Amino acid sequence: MGMTRLGHIIRKEFLELRQDPRLFGIVIIAPIVQLTMLGYAATTDVRNVPLVVVDQDGSSESRELVSRFDGSPSFDVVDRVSTTDLVDEYLNTGTAWMALDIPANYGERIRAGQPTTVQVVADGTDANSTNVALGYAGTLIASYARELASPPGRTLAPLVSADVRVWFNPQLESKDFMIPGILALLLLVVTTNLSSMSIVREKELGTLEQLNVTPIARWELIVGKMLPYAFIGVIDVLLVVFVALYWFEVPLRGSFVLLLAMCHVYLLTTLGLGLFVSTISSTQQQAMMTASFFFLIPMVFLSGFVFPIENMPEIIQPFTYLIPLRYFLVIMRGIFLKGVGLEILWPDALALLAWGVGILVLATLRSSKRLA
Amino acid sequence: MTAFWKTIAVARKELRQIRRDRRTLLILLFVPAFFLLVYGYALNFDIRHVRLALQDNDHSAASRELVSAFVNSGYFDLVADAPSPTAIDRLIDRGDVRAVLVIPARFGSDVVAGRSTAVQFLVNGDNANTAATVVGYATGLISTVSTRYEVLARLTSPAGPVLSVEPRVWYNPELRSTLFLVPGLIAYIAMLTAVVSTALSIVREKEAGTMEQVRMSPIGAVPYVLGKTAPYFVVSLVSSMSIVVAAILLFDMPMRGSWVVLVGVVSLFLVGALAFGLLISSIADSQQVAFQVALLTSFLPTLMLSGFIFPISSMPAFLQVVTYVVPARYFLVALRGVVLKGVGPAVFWQDLVALAVFAVVILALASVRVRRQWA
Repeated sequence: MGMTRLGHIIRKEFLELRQDPRLFGIVIIAPIVQLTMLGYAATTDVRNVPLVVVDQDGSSESRELVSRFDGSPSFDVVDRVSTTDLVDEYLNTGTAWMALDIPANYGERIRAGQPTTVQVVADGTDANSTNVALGYAGTLIASYARELASPPGRTLAPLVSADVRVWFNPQLESKDFMIPGILALLLLVVTTNLSSMSIVREKELGTLEQLNVTPIARWELIVGKMLPYAFIGVIDVLLVVFVALYWFEVPLRGSFVLLLAMCHVYLLTTLGLGLFVSTISSTQQQAMMTASFFFLIPMVFLSGFVFPIENMPEIIQPFTYLIPLRYFLVIMRGIFLKGVGLEILWPDALALLAWGVGILVLATLRSSKRLA
Repeated sequence: MTAFWKTIAVARKELRQIRRDRRTLLILLFVPAFFLLVYGYALNFDIRHVRLALQDNDHSAASRELVSAFVNSGYFDLVADAPSPTAIDRLIDRGDVRAVLVIPARFGSDVVAGRSTAVQFLVNGDNANTAATVVGYATGLISTVSTRYEVLARLTSPAGPVLSVEPRVWYNPELRSTLFLVPGLIAYIAMLTAVVSTALSIVREKEAGTMEQVRMSPIGAVPYVLGKTAPYFVVSLVSSMSIVVAAILLFDMPMRGSWVVLVGVVSLFLVGALAFGLLISSIADSQQVAFQVALLTSFLPTLMLSGFIFPISSMPAFLQVVTYVVPARYFLVALRGVVLKGVGPAVFWQDLVALAVFAVVILALASVRVRRQWA
């Protein structure tokens, strides 16, 4: 008997979804389109920094230095000017981010072997990229200086050199780090949103009263409402994981089965969260506000999606433990990039599971009180 | 009744509805400033106190000196000892440390004798951005140490390198990433507040059936759309300006340009964003669809395609073209221009034109949609 009633609710929800084919299309297609686009956007790699050159010297030595910058993939020489005053214009308009200022007697001093200094002026608005670009400029000039100081035809190696090995992501590709995060956020947006409207819509339309007088139990109503959304969530999981693996070729070093299993645990939290929002709101507008402002936005910023939690001030860091996405990101990046399994990830997996089960129970309890 | 008074009438009705829903109004007014407080404080790319493990196979004066160069730089915190390769694996896998410095045996005797040697530096590269910065710090420190030993071993002239660089940073001399991120945060919060506040406004009437009544009344589509936008414009302008003021007071964000220009820029952006919400509302058949579309089109794209976090110039060419339809892109150029650089419309007029075009086109589209549905 219970199963048939449950079956009816599920059928009703599917019928409602079918009635709105646009919604179905959106929740299936939009995540794929977004992942394919945003996957390319998420690059913190700094390339082609627009550079303006102030060559006050115009000697062959200064041209040699400029050609080093021009030949580097990090810089893109956009213009050459002859006086320093002209730099303002470039930096103000953003046509160039950086200026290389070569003093008038540069060539002469280099030929005489006298120490000389070139100036690099940078636009610090984008502090992060500027920091990286200044590092590139410093390294480029230092290695050129070493070449100048060495006997012709042979460059002296430094006495102590750094043998740098980058683990998990040797090319330092930010996409490998970002794509698991984008995937998680898209799932969150689509599924939380669906379930956050679920109960409150019936409230607003007045149909919840009707459901109340039927012999349907609360848990049947909730499970029946959530299953179709879970079904959509599972399709979305498969699709976005597919795009991440085959389109972006994010290396999957760990277990595929574990990856899918954890995605489903994550779905519990996103659906549960939406359901919870639905039970504490009285209109769909309130549900939308509550979901986006109190749940979605904090998830973006405090989960470690883009901004590393380790950089945050000590006072903020404990709050990040409240965010389920935090655990899911550790798990996803662990499975994708590090190839580790539950032996390392179990604390995060457990926390995620506890979160999902906890919020679902909380939402069910709240809705029973509301409906009674 | 002129179109103007009709607009006012719709706006008054909408205002009443906003007032009745206290939670929504409070969220719209105060949550943005609260967000700025938390996130402005939490978010930064300034990488300090990188957790470092050490494997010192030498235990000489020179190796200790190298380690103290790392620790004293302020960038690294020595948190663990990694006596064996398995210990290194464990530390990095579990995320206990971000980097490991391995100093080879005979390091001390080699540098003193002037023989070339290499120290190994292992980094967890899962976050490419952090890793690149950490590698930069480490190679810089190692090369400084190297130069000192080269001078001691008389391999290089004590006068220092022949060519050196003197960096100067404009607008943000300490390179605080907060100054870069806070304007982005303002744009992001303003965009979401605006789109979310209007995305349900028309479709709600459709769902509740009151749209029919509005249709029967002698209100044109344009006054209807404008009247729906106006109250939310006031609410979101108040909340946007309060986050700007909060940013200046709390995060020492400089205000180098003109306030009049700033208010103008913010208003222009808000009109576009509110109109975008309305357009979604006029297209969607249910509030659920409207919410879904609003989030999918503004939640992630504004974050990732506006230049808020990821520099547009580093993106692939086809995607740079896509960013031209993201209004926050233009808003950010203008906002950072006014606030950080102190420049005016003379410099960023193109971005203002783009914002204005966006607002007008979207408002027109929304009116056309509403008119077609009424017909």
